[in-house]
Amino acid sequence: MGMAAEAQYHVLAVDDSLLDRKLIERLLKTSSYHVTAVDSGSKALEFLGLLEDEHNDVLAPSVSLNDHHQDVDVNLIITDYCMPGMTGYDLLRKIKESKSLKDIPVVIMSSENIPSRINRCLEEGAEEFFLKPVQLSDVNKLKPHLLKGRDKESEPSINKRKGMEECHSHDKTRTKYDGLEVV
Amino acid sequence: MEVGQMQRRLIEYTKSLFMEGILDDQFLQLQQLQDESNPDFVVEVVSLFFQDAEKLLNDITRALDQQSVDFPKVDAHVHQLKGSSASVGAQRVKNGCIAFRNFCEEQNVDGSLRCLQQIKQEYYHVKNKLEALFRLEQQIVAAGGSVPMMELSF
Repeated sequence: MGMAAEAQYHVLAVDDSLLDRKLIERLLKTSSYHVTAVDSGSKALEFLGLLEDEHNDVLAPSVSLNDHHQDVDVNLIITDYCMPGMTGYDLLRKIKESKSLKDIPVVIMSSENIPSRINRCLEEGAEEFFLKPVQLSDVNKLKPHLLKGRDKESEPSINKRKGMEECHSHDKTRTKYDGLEVV
Repeated sequence: MEVGQMQRRLIEYTKSLFMEGILDDQFLQLQQLQDESNPDFVVEVVSLFFQDAEKLLNDITRALDQQSVDFPKVDAHVHQLKGSSASVGAQRVKNGCIAFRNFCEEQNVDGSLRCLQQIKQEYYHVKNKLEALFRLEQQIVAAGGSVPMMELSF
């Protein structure tokens, strides 16, 4: 299998639990996504071609990437929040701070329904926050974010399946896309 | 026993597991993800759950056995177990974990030990039930039948 030359979206899934990786992989494949699953934030960054220090003058020996190029094409990153070492939130931040990766939509998954956590992730630029266990109905919400590059009318949302005490206000500044308002 | 009878038996058995609260909707979600290209998906995921659970239950037992219990560590294990059980729909195990975390927060050793016992019982209970369910499925397939899909509302 070569690179995704067909119109198939490539999703990078990050979760330290093998069981949850298997589950998310199946959910994504069922929805016709090409999936790469890794077990940590650092492996995710490695896969994305982003080094710890995003300085062009300090390159790791066997890597020939500069920071304008990824040799892998990832259309969306879905990551667990609670992971040892680098949390999903840390990963999200690193991605948003990276010139080459910041436009890749990121979705966070968590087994815990903590409004302040959810808000923090959304404010940091996560597109969605899914409560675990993730279901097909959640995965169905990914399409608009993948199409975001072309269609800027997608809506940020929180999966309210389990009900939440506070609701994330939709008028937070998420105007990262040329000043267009996300409704 | 002929295939139709076996299929009905399987459906009744599965229903009873839901009625008793041993399994929840997530288990059905797993079944929905299984198809001809992934015919063993449910068994594979449940096997991962069994492996996870047994390791975590051992870890928790050892941690509670220490002179000075490291509750954050215990809590981390319970959190993981809660996650795995939730992912396969093992409802009673998951609920046991939720209760357990309260005892961890209170740093309550006795409460934790009682809870652990409870969770172990629930775990072995669901393990037995799921293994029986898979055996029923195997019998149907061996007899040339197909495993009936549960409807989401019954």
